[in-house]
Amino acid sequence: MGASFAVGYLMFLLKGAVWTVGLSLIALSCGGVLAFIVALCRIAPNRWLRLVTALYIQIIQGTPVLVIIFLTYFGLPSLGWSVSPLLAASLSLSVYVSAYLGESWRSSLQSVPRAQWEAAECLALSRAQRMMKVVLPQAIRIATPPTVGFMVQIIKNTSLASIVGFIELVRAGQIVNNTIFQPFLIYLLIAVLYFAMCYPLSILSRRLEVSAGEKAYA
Amino acid sequence: MGSLNFSIVFDRWDMILQGIYLTIRLTLLATAGGFVLGTFCAIGKRGKTVWIKKLCSAYIEAIRNTPLLVQIFLVYFGLSSLGLSLHAITVSIIALTINVGAYSAEIMRAGFDSIEKGQLEAAETLGLSRRQVYWHVILKQAMERVYPALTSQFVLLMLASSICSQISAEELTAVANFIQSDTYRPFETYIVAGAFYILLSFLLRIVFWVLGLMLFQRRRNLQAFI
Repeated sequence: MGASFAVGYLMFLLKGAVWTVGLSLIALSCGGVLAFIVALCRIAPNRWLRLVTALYIQIIQGTPVLVIIFLTYFGLPSLGWSVSPLLAASLSLSVYVSAYLGESWRSSLQSVPRAQWEAAECLALSRAQRMMKVVLPQAIRIATPPTVGFMVQIIKNTSLASIVGFIELVRAGQIVNNTIFQPFLIYLLIAVLYFAMCYPLSILSRRLEVSAGEKAYA
Repeated sequence: MGSLNFSIVFDRWDMILQGIYLTIRLTLLATAGGFVLGTFCAIGKRGKTVWIKKLCSAYIEAIRNTPLLVQIFLVYFGLSSLGLSLHAITVSIIALTINVGAYSAEIMRAGFDSIEKGQLEAAETLGLSRRQVYWHVILKQAMERVYPALTSQFVLLMLASSICSQISAEELTAVANFIQSDTYRPFETYIVAGAFYILLSFLLRIVFWVLGLMLFQRRRNLQAFI
């Protein structure tokens, strides 16, 4: 195996890693929008809306991401909608993100002291104004460390997209492995690449958590 | 496209039950193994020996920052390149144990750290060795404090065990894959599989709740007293 080959394989893996990042960003942004809606519904005044969203969260959090991916990739075509691997992966990861992040953001919204809501109400702000101008800015601060931490989970779960044939890091590794057949080496390399993507985020999340804790005590 | 037909999936109920059984087995074994591994790692990370601390941290960070799918493949191909060709189920149990060990280690460490210093000083004053302090004083209290987090982690492990289908361990997801390729009813099959996972995670939470009631009687008595 010549050095030029090795460089070519490495470039292919890196291209896969770019798609891993891309898919993570899609899942984070689409899932984030859904999660925000979920979080708002969870604290809505309407009891039924709260119940239905709670049920949605329970269902998604009780199902493996892999099964959700299979359900969209194999299940939707059988109902007449054809989906590409990218669409299936984006869709199912967004749904997954919406449930976990939605629940996390709900607790952030609710951990803004009750007095803040009441004070805003006394100032005659509407519900929307209270949310946007008073509660949300404080909730975002609380929500940032766990959200950054959750991004690690998103990146790791994009690896499941390889199973439905989307060419991200793991799938790229499998393709390279089909030619050179050195599975242990390749998966080790893949693990290192994942680590390089996730570890900085883990550190960042921990630092944010520590600094948020210090502010709370100050 | 036709109307939904679930009975064709339930016709293979014996396979589904076998899949569920293996999922439960994987979960329980990896939970037990991972908890013990994680607890020792947490103790190692809090200890005084530098190289053990570094080793434990490295293990925890390496596992927490790489996908389970890659870990499973690494264990699978790693063991076979060492000349050990183990059954897919054994490989799954090893990989899941290693995986959940790192997560439980972080959770248990948080639990150990939450024990007040006064208790440690009191235990030291009584002349207890480090092992005795952990075993008689800290372990149960720490576990009690992080018990909800541990429960969630073990439920997540149960869901993650679905990934073992990729090295053909015949658990619930692998069975679902087989059924859907056999019946051409993917939507119904995965809905059924998903429903069973929801049921299993619900059951697992109940089991851990009951286990918690049995393990932490002090809290229960305290609550009854107050």
